[in-house]
Amino acid sequence: MAEIQLKSLAHSYEKSPTGAHDYALREMNHVWDQGGAYALLGPSGCGKSTLLNIISGLLTPSEGEVLFDGVVVNHLPPQQRNIAQVFQFPVIYDSMTVFDNLAFPLRNMKIAEAKVMSKVHEIAEILELHSVLNKKAKNLSADEKQKVSMGRGLVRDDVSAILFDEPLTVIDPQLKWKLRRKLKQIHEQFNLTMIYVTHDQLEASTFAEKIAVMYGGQIVQFGTPRELFENPNHTFVGYFIGSPGMNLLEVQTTANGVSFDGIEIELSDARKAMLAKVPSKNIKIGIRPEFVHVWDKPSENGYECEVQHVEDLGTYKILTMKLGQQIIKARLDEDHAVPQQKAYISFPEQWLKIYVDEYLIGEELV
Amino acid sequence: MSLKLENVDQVVNGQNHLTNVNLTLEPGSFNVLLGRTGAGKTSLMRLMAGLDKPTNGKIIMNGANVTGITVQKRNVSMVYQQFINYSNLTVRENIASPLRLAKASEAEINKRVMETADMLRITEFLHRYPLELSGGQQQRTAMARALVKDASLILFDEPLVNLDYKLREELRFELRELFKARNAIAVYATTEPNEALALGGTTTLLHEGRVIQSGPSAAVYREPVDVYAADLFSEPPINLIPGNVTDNEVTFDESVHFPLHQDLKSLTPGGYKFGIRPSHIGLVPDNDDDLELSMKVELAEISGSETFLHVKNDHFNLVMQLSGVHAYRSDATINIYLPVHKLFVFTLDGKMIQSPTRLIRG
Amino acid sequence: MSKVENNKAWWLVLPVFLLVAFSAIIPLMTVVNYSVQDIFDADHAVFVGVEWYREVLLNERLQESLLRQFIFSFTVLAIEIPLGIAIALMMPTKGSMASVSLIVVAIPLLIPGNVVGTIWKIFGRTDVGLLGWGLNQLGIDYNYAANPVDAWVTVVLMDVWHWTPLVALLCYSGLRAIPDAFYQAAAIDRASKWAVFRYIQLPRLRSVLVIGTLLRFMDSFMIYSEPFVLTGGGPGSSTTFLSQTLTKMAIGQFDLGPAAAFSLIYFLIVLLVSWLFFTTISEMDKDK
Repeated sequence: MAEIQLKSLAHSYEKSPTGAHDYALREMNHVWDQGGAYALLGPSGCGKSTLLNIISGLLTPSEGEVLFDGVVVNHLPPQQRNIAQVFQFPVIYDSMTVFDNLAFPLRNMKIAEAKVMSKVHEIAEILELHSVLNKKAKNLSADEKQKVSMGRGLVRDDVSAILFDEPLTVIDPQLKWKLRRKLKQIHEQFNLTMIYVTHDQLEASTFAEKIAVMYGGQIVQFGTPRELFENPNHTFVGYFIGSPGMNLLEVQTTANGVSFDGIEIELSDARKAMLAKVPSKNIKIGIRPEFVHVWDKPSENGYECEVQHVEDLGTYKILTMKLGQQIIKARLDEDHAVPQQKAYISFPEQWLKIYVDEYLIGEELV
Repeated sequence: MSLKLENVDQVVNGQNHLTNVNLTLEPGSFNVLLGRTGAGKTSLMRLMAGLDKPTNGKIIMNGANVTGITVQKRNVSMVYQQFINYSNLTVRENIASPLRLAKASEAEINKRVMETADMLRITEFLHRYPLELSGGQQQRTAMARALVKDASLILFDEPLVNLDYKLREELRFELRELFKARNAIAVYATTEPNEALALGGTTTLLHEGRVIQSGPSAAVYREPVDVYAADLFSEPPINLIPGNVTDNEVTFDESVHFPLHQDLKSLTPGGYKFGIRPSHIGLVPDNDDDLELSMKVELAEISGSETFLHVKNDHFNLVMQLSGVHAYRSDATINIYLPVHKLFVFTLDGKMIQSPTRLIRG
Repeated sequence: MSKVENNKAWWLVLPVFLLVAFSAIIPLMTVVNYSVQDIFDADHAVFVGVEWYREVLLNERLQESLLRQFIFSFTVLAIEIPLGIAIALMMPTKGSMASVSLIVVAIPLLIPGNVVGTIWKIFGRTDVGLLGWGLNQLGIDYNYAANPVDAWVTVVLMDVWHWTPLVALLCYSGLRAIPDAFYQAAAIDRASKWAVFRYIQLPRLRSVLVIGTLLRFMDSFMIYSEPFVLTGGGPGSSTTFLSQTLTKMAIGQFDLGPAAAFSLIYFLIVLLVSWLFFTTISEMDKDK
């Protein structure tokens, strides 16, 4: 099957890279277990497509090794790696029918026509394409075409991993749902390793069991959607995951805890002691908008904020407030009372994260 | 400046691209055109810009009939889905180009270019050429060029679709802020309901070339005028269940029966379509009179802060949007609760006759 | 799309319109005029209606010439199209070799027709030409001036050498337009090179090939200077194609009437075949 391992893997498009900035992928060690559903999540330019192409064999890494089940495959082309790849825009053979498109990989491997027929019908059934099997592929809608692309990967018995490069980009939002569901069902049914590249955290979270968040050519955190959400390791993860992202405030240490713009936030003794030992001046606190407590009346330990903006997003609202000179966002449920001009907020300590030099510290103390 | 479309039709090669469109856009307003691919959003914007002529109807800007007038004469700018820039000019020159055409002073050009570049966060790329930049950066250049001109009508045709979602979130907010201060009319086409809500302003729903509803975004969301509007303007899609009302009970899809709830008493007996938003169905009863249904879990899609649960019974499927993580295995059987007061009721031909009543818990 | 109308544009077109009228339409009308008259000299012309048309269509020499012309055009197309595609497939798409190969391939296209004819005339001579001499060394009895088959082969070879680059360049640009992802997907699908050609490249070359074939057909059907310079139409009349026959008639024999009639027929044939060809391709497209 396919356990995919990356050993000291790095990649530069330059012939003689001089510094970190010349690397599209910085040195990484990583294992993708067999049968897992993974997402590579990150903003454009973070290196996720490069990594995907290295795994699939469309790109040879300039340094390090890629191993499939313990065997180094760096120089093996995609055909020999037992993988299938689905691209951003549907890649189909225009001149063939849907049936022939799905049969294509099998026929190339000279498989008996009877087996081809049964396999194609089986996959077409799963992907709900059986009604269009005899239509010319180029007349299908975008989502049907993507399903055909996926289908070509699924018909092959020897495929142990499927890689997806932002496959839902051209699909209408109403249909993205159906395809995501389909992908998840396929994963449960086929026990394949699936790696999904995207810049959309919702897509990544709904598809993957574990997400590798990439930033600047590195995997910054690898965890379940819940872990990434509740315990972001790095300020970038806090910022990128969640809509809107984590509130991040630059602070200085004080006797009672931390402060910014003259506003003091108390911390537990354990945390204060930990911060006292930290030499760096780059200290930030972070709290997700979902965890900020908001009242519309003054409260004992609440900080008074000025309400700047209320965004009504149907199922929830986003409240943008000003505390001192900083902007704080909070996410309110649909039926939560909305403060008008002044709001009173507090930061529950268990959700207040401390970041030193962008990395999370002191989790064990909470 | 105001914009009005009166009885506009557009027929191209025998196909109706737009039918009977009547719209009034107020000065300084931010208008979202929400519809599926092919609904007519681009056609409509091209008519507003003057790139095409309507087959019938009038387009009126500031009281004057501009229907036949070419785009060069109307003070319009447009941002496209594909990043369109002058590839032989630097980013700075690209942004400056409309100002140069308008013969602005060098100082003025400098100031406006820097302002706009700052706002779209491309200041560090000013000296580079568009083809050297990433897709997102190219699109921001195109947007800067459109915004620097200070046109009275600015059209955006799904401009953020090719940008990563974080950038999209941030640019959306900045766009709104930007337009608060201007008197220009902004028209923004999108296929995503969440984007329409986030942008605020007014939303116009387009379906197969017709305007089915138009109004302040949150209001259109809460009170869809018919089934198409409800379906268009919700993500995940609104759950629809065919049902029947008699004098004393309600039946869903001829299978599930409930005693007639007081909120539904005003309905005359007959067939209806019931709608309920995914976020309004719960795993625990919120009210005594919630409808209890036994369903099988098809799939649980878990994101960090919420779970989308796909459930079904032998007759219909539902999608639920729950906060927090709820990891159910497929085929698990669970009970779900539908608050009756949050049901939408549509007639069989789709008109909305009842919408959720008590929304704030009270 | 009903574009907003800007009437000023018509004024810009006027000079071109006048020029075309003067240099093309009026002369064409003159030809039509000639074709229906028997002209003895400037002052004596008699209207003869369709007399010339009838005579021309029944003229054996012209019929033979027409047949030869069709054979020539189809032969040349049958070689140039596949060869052009093959060359395009072999040309590199990236790197410095790409521009070099483009230039090398394009060179034959830059040479004027009669120069091409002269080159091959010398090339084929058995005394000083590399081709002629070389073939004779190999024991092949080759003489394009005396042997009709040899003459045909040489004329066809010359045309292929001259015009295949056009097809190759058109196909090259068509191939460049294919996104990488298609090749990548085919690699993953384990498609053979032939499958890649058949299912990815060829379908995408369709529109380019239509243009290429149409152009080549029209051009080859009207070919004049190359064969005229190379063989003079000989030996005998074995390589006398349509345009040469026509010219002989009009200028050589100064028979303006029949020549004019025939020019029009010639024009109509080209138009008809092109139209047939084009419609067939469009219909095939619509089918899908």
